[in-house]
Amino acid sequence: MSDNTKPFDFKDYVRDRYFPHMWCPGCGHGIVLGSLLRAVHELELDKNEIVMASGIGCSSRISGYVDFHSLHTIHGRALAFASGVKLSKPHLKTIVPMGDGDALAIGGNHFIHAARRNIDITAIVMNNRIYGMTGGQFSPLSGPGKKATTAPYTTIDNEFDVVKLATAAGASFVARSTVFHAKEAKDYLKKAIMHKGFSVVEILSQCPTYFGRKNKEGDAAQMMENLKANTVPIGSKKLESTPGLIQRGIFVEDTDRPEYCEAYDKIIETAMKGNA
Amino acid sequence: MTNSNNIRFIQGNEACVEGALYAGVNFFAGYPITPSTEIAEHLAQRLPAAGGKFIQMEDEIASMAAIIGASLTGNKVMTATSGPGFSLKQEALGYACMAEIPCVIANVQRGGPSTGNPTHVSQGDVNQARWGTHGDHSIIAMTASNHQDVFKITVEAFNLAETFRTPVILLLDEVVGHMREKLTIPETGDMPVVGRLRTAVPKGVDYHPYLPREDGRLPMSDFGSEHRYNVTGLFHDMWGFPNNDPEVVSELLRHLVDKIENNKETICMYKEHMLEDADYVLISYGSSARSALHIARNRRKRGVKIGVLELQTLWPFPAEVVREKCANAKAVLVVEMNMGQVVTQVKSAVDNPDNVFLANRIDGQLISPTDIKTVLRMIQGKGV
Repeated sequence: MSDNTKPFDFKDYVRDRYFPHMWCPGCGHGIVLGSLLRAVHELELDKNEIVMASGIGCSSRISGYVDFHSLHTIHGRALAFASGVKLSKPHLKTIVPMGDGDALAIGGNHFIHAARRNIDITAIVMNNRIYGMTGGQFSPLSGPGKKATTAPYTTIDNEFDVVKLATAAGASFVARSTVFHAKEAKDYLKKAIMHKGFSVVEILSQCPTYFGRKNKEGDAAQMMENLKANTVPIGSKKLESTPGLIQRGIFVEDTDRPEYCEAYDKIIETAMKGNA
Repeated sequence: MTNSNNIRFIQGNEACVEGALYAGVNFFAGYPITPSTEIAEHLAQRLPAAGGKFIQMEDEIASMAAIIGASLTGNKVMTATSGPGFSLKQEALGYACMAEIPCVIANVQRGGPSTGNPTHVSQGDVNQARWGTHGDHSIIAMTASNHQDVFKITVEAFNLAETFRTPVILLLDEVVGHMREKLTIPETGDMPVVGRLRTAVPKGVDYHPYLPREDGRLPMSDFGSEHRYNVTGLFHDMWGFPNNDPEVVSELLRHLVDKIENNKETICMYKEHMLEDADYVLISYGSSARSALHIARNRRKRGVKIGVLELQTLWPFPAEVVREKCANAKAVLVVEMNMGQVVTQVKSAVDNPDNVFLANRIDGQLISPTDIKTVLRMIQGKGV
């Protein structure tokens, strides 16, 4: 059990022998890690009770750095591995950080089906709108008109809206924040982790190395300023004049929907009575 | 010891389910595919009744991924599929090889490539079982020709998966999977069941998930218990943390191969029928072996010295056993339902590969005793 009366110290939650991390200077992913670890600290969760599963990509390396049970899997499939963990041991808090490509291109099918089942997993989409580890190719969250190494003439692909996709697929908790709003992100992560059901937290992050440079968005600090300027709380009046602003906040919080593992426990009960 | 309560008249796929339950399977993830679906259907019913978990995943890849996750929490796990699904599972299967996660994958073979011949028999996935996933690795793959043996190799598959921390593939085929025959389920304790080897390292002391004991085995620690460690598909050190130091990389790869190839004697199962004085050795496996055995008995009655070596472990390939059993043969006839996937192994195993012949069938029909007899007569110089 963590003790949140103690001031938060990174070192209580990371495997420091694996540092320095491999993220570029200015990458937003470290801020997501910071928000997540602070959330865990404030929730006083037992590190033995947390499993972090991840896929492949810059974001996915996060699982190696944290001092939880960690499962660094294959590209796009982290939610499927995590579903096996969670259904086996439902008391474990299961957290799945993913990049935008990992979660919604190669992993899109697992994303919508985990949401549909409403299995109690917290999915974090660390959205920097680019494939960073492979050197700057566009992702399903890049959106049209962007430059990437595989879109030298700009992208023509439309992006997913993660919030709408997760909501439509059946996620019972859906929130969005940014790495500029690290405290807000932490608060959403706390709620998501404690939510009984499939929770999705999209955190807009910056990749100054590839997305920023290719699209002339400035350095890391400027990109974070952009996250501040381009987002507003849900229902903000600013939307009337600037409808293109991205909304932040908790979009779905539904505690009535049955959670998958609990529903399966009832199946076991029925089966054990021989009532199949 | 048997009593009538232990006797079933069931499909081979159900015999596989009975074997898995005997071995202690408590987690199954799968996706519907012919001709393996009965395995999922029966476990959907049986597992929750025994307190286990069944989940139908969104696809074949997810099924393979889910059982790996479940295995790490301490469960005995299984999935079942057929050719196209087996293709889809290959990347995650390689992950289980690399991260050394015990799991069992049943592939009830149908004709391929691609969608192929879904409700018809084939043994075309033998080489895929060996080399389907990318990169160097070793693998265990087993097969059987009748339901009693399906049960037995299924139990053995779980035992080997635990012993060697590896995925084990059950290469069944459509005929064995769907055919109905008798199965006598052994009493608890009649067959050995290998449990999960868990670390004795106490809480607070460093546990190295990838540091082998003196006997080469790697004790595990369940996710959720007191040791927290990293599992990855990258080359990794004894802590499970990614490492691409050339020495670490080569040592791990050699370990993954050696732990299986150096233990062939423990791993490899086979049956011999009438081999003592055999001039002609039929080598077969799975449902093909039924026809091979039939024709061998038939020819024996006519005075031909012929026997059958029935392989139950296909990978690692039991080359030494094959060489020894064929040493005095005038001719060796490999009977299989593919274009010759095991015959190439046999040719490289025996002293005289020119005496090795293939009797095969690739049209979705079970190879018949007559099919084998035809080839045999040609080898004997008797014409057709």
